[in-house]
Amino acid sequence: MRLGLTDDQLAIKEVFAGFFGKESTTAVVRAAQPGGFDANLWRRVCETGAPGMGVGDGSGGGGASLGDLAVVAEEFGRSIAPIPLVDHQVAARALALLQQARTDVTDGETIASLALRPAVGGVWQLVPAGAVAGVVVGLDGDEFVAVASTAPSSGPRNHAAQPLADRATTGTRTVLASGDAAHAAFERALNEWKTLTAATLVGVGSQALQMALDYVRTRIQFGRPIGAFQAVQQSLADLPILVDGGRLLAHKAAWAGDNESAGIQGRVDIDDNDNTDFAVLAGMAFVFNADGAAHATDRALHFHGGYGFAEEYDIQLFYRRARGWALVYDDPARECGRLADAMFGPRESVA
Amino acid sequence: MDFELPAHVIEYRTTIKRIIAEVVTPAVIDEMHTSGTFNCYELNRALAKAGLLERAVPGLGKGDPLELWILFNELEKAGAPYDGMSTSVMIAGVVQQVGTDAQKAAIIPTITSGDALVCMGYSEPDYGSDVASIVTRAVRDGDEWVINGAKMWTTMAHEAKWLILLTRTDTEVPKHKGLTMFILPMNTPGITVEPVRTMGTERTNATFYDNVRVPLDAVLGEVNGGWRTMGVALAFERGVMGGTNVAVPMLRHFRKWAAHHIGEDGVRLIDDTLVRERLARIAIDNEVAKLLTQRSAWIAATGGLPGLEGSMTKVFASEAYQKAVRWCQQMAGPTGLLQFHEPSAAADGWIEYDSRHSPVTTIYGGTSEINRNNIAERHLGLPKAR
Repeated sequence: MRLGLTDDQLAIKEVFAGFFGKESTTAVVRAAQPGGFDANLWRRVCETGAPGMGVGDGSGGGGASLGDLAVVAEEFGRSIAPIPLVDHQVAARALALLQQARTDVTDGETIASLALRPAVGGVWQLVPAGAVAGVVVGLDGDEFVAVASTAPSSGPRNHAAQPLADRATTGTRTVLASGDAAHAAFERALNEWKTLTAATLVGVGSQALQMALDYVRTRIQFGRPIGAFQAVQQSLADLPILVDGGRLLAHKAAWAGDNESAGIQGRVDIDDNDNTDFAVLAGMAFVFNADGAAHATDRALHFHGGYGFAEEYDIQLFYRRARGWALVYDDPARECGRLADAMFGPRESVA
Repeated sequence: MDFELPAHVIEYRTTIKRIIAEVVTPAVIDEMHTSGTFNCYELNRALAKAGLLERAVPGLGKGDPLELWILFNELEKAGAPYDGMSTSVMIAGVVQQVGTDAQKAAIIPTITSGDALVCMGYSEPDYGSDVASIVTRAVRDGDEWVINGAKMWTTMAHEAKWLILLTRTDTEVPKHKGLTMFILPMNTPGITVEPVRTMGTERTNATFYDNVRVPLDAVLGEVNGGWRTMGVALAFERGVMGGTNVAVPMLRHFRKWAAHHIGEDGVRLIDDTLVRERLARIAIDNEVAKLLTQRSAWIAATGGLPGLEGSMTKVFASEAYQKAVRWCQQMAGPTGLLQFHEPSAAADGWIEYDSRHSPVTTIYGGTSEINRNNIAERHLGLPKAR
């Protein structure tokens, strides 16, 4: 048992904290609005190997575990970098897992993404990175497919400041899996996405807390820094709990996912609070961190006073992404409904 | 991170589960709720006989340090009467850390055998959160200390063999520097115990000290070093001791009941959309409370003192529990008002009990506000606001 990062992971954290701190300043984030994609930053991140880091080394990738990717995701979230790193990593892993790894995707030369909801009428709606991805992986009926087609390069302006776009399931279509195997593969990829998005949101919340602290230490009212007032302190004291708890949960989900990859099946025992099942932990991590990041950014913005609402201040960038980067998938409350099916059994038909 | 318990800790957990299944019968739980004394010697001795108590004492070196957490966690999840024992095992750890060899020899074996309990005299009628201001006096008189004063919330004082007692030994120095902790037998002349009944059924006590004479070697830790001894005790109490997974049995009781309870609309309660969302949220909070507790246990097991992490764990777990209880009582409707043994009581009366018990959890062991102060000052580095 080890509830801290390994030495290797501490090194990964340092590398990516340095990379994003230098390359993805809030000036870069702002310049990429509203489309939410910075092609130059993507080229730079490709040089680090991050896009294919989670692809098995036998498939030409970095062989990183989900736990390692969660470390990267937190640093990515901390900088709210305008690149679809998690979407791409998850899609690249899904391709490799089904023996369809593509060198151009592993290298990041072609951006890939995961459609988070099954296609309806031949269209995946509001695909993350849909505006820039050359390959979209997703569920289409009973087939899990990879579709290569030309990215539209722009999409609807949105609260998440992400390059979202609808994508057709037509194009150069590769069937990755069919029937039950298709649903299982989609489920696996979606759980990875939830886990890494949860870790990303840990970074968003953590950075929002840091920004709030920087502000309340230097903003003087009534002759004192506002951070010296107990009302402000008590409210801020909740945030590291949400950040730390959320990080532990995201890493537990990642651990469960890595176990599942190694053939170790988890269990769900809500009555005994003993849960090691990947799907359940991924859903839990998504819900907890979606709510946690929303709360952390809400408090951080609030303690900036009126300036928090001003476009000039950076906290609003985090406020919007904390909500948007979770809601590109779904309402946490609806995710709770899905979790309930796994934890308490399905609903009986209504009499 | 790696969340898998070592094999010997899993074996430890399996043994506890077996003992709980054998000893903690519905009658034992009933007795706990009737008497208000949350202690069961039969359970303590069964755990002791299997060697589980001495393995759990922090710093004793008999078991994996993670086992303290496992012990309390399993008993808590079972709703077992373990308050007396958990306090005692924790104080055994404090004695092990700061006590003299003679104290260790006299006290620890009586606890690890499951025979003796320890109660804690910290708070006073006029000093609770501001515990460093307590006024119970200990005055040196030759080879003895003479103690006079009063303590509140001395839970288990009516059962305990030992008492740890926070006193003021120096009034001329800043308040934190004039405190001394003692450990003494409860049958020392001059101590009286009066019951205090609580809304949560559990009996606690007010205790009074009238010229209580103890030898010099009754000091636990250093003279005027009581605040440090207290810090060791609080780090165990907040981080690992318990009270952090109390919503687990509540969710279990509610879930089992809701799976069979048919509402007025003819649908099982557990099939209601709102109920499902809330139960899922309670389960998520339970998982996070477990992870935060597990982290404290891991820090303690790797040589650290999880004071700050314990504050975080306690604030989160107790407030999540209160929210969960409120939801469950509301979702149960009128049947959630019914008490143990009432035929149509929701979850056999557990929901009503939890709604009476939960308010104390954000108070004892340091209020949420005191713990948030700790976090704000020591973790976030904000200026002292008091």
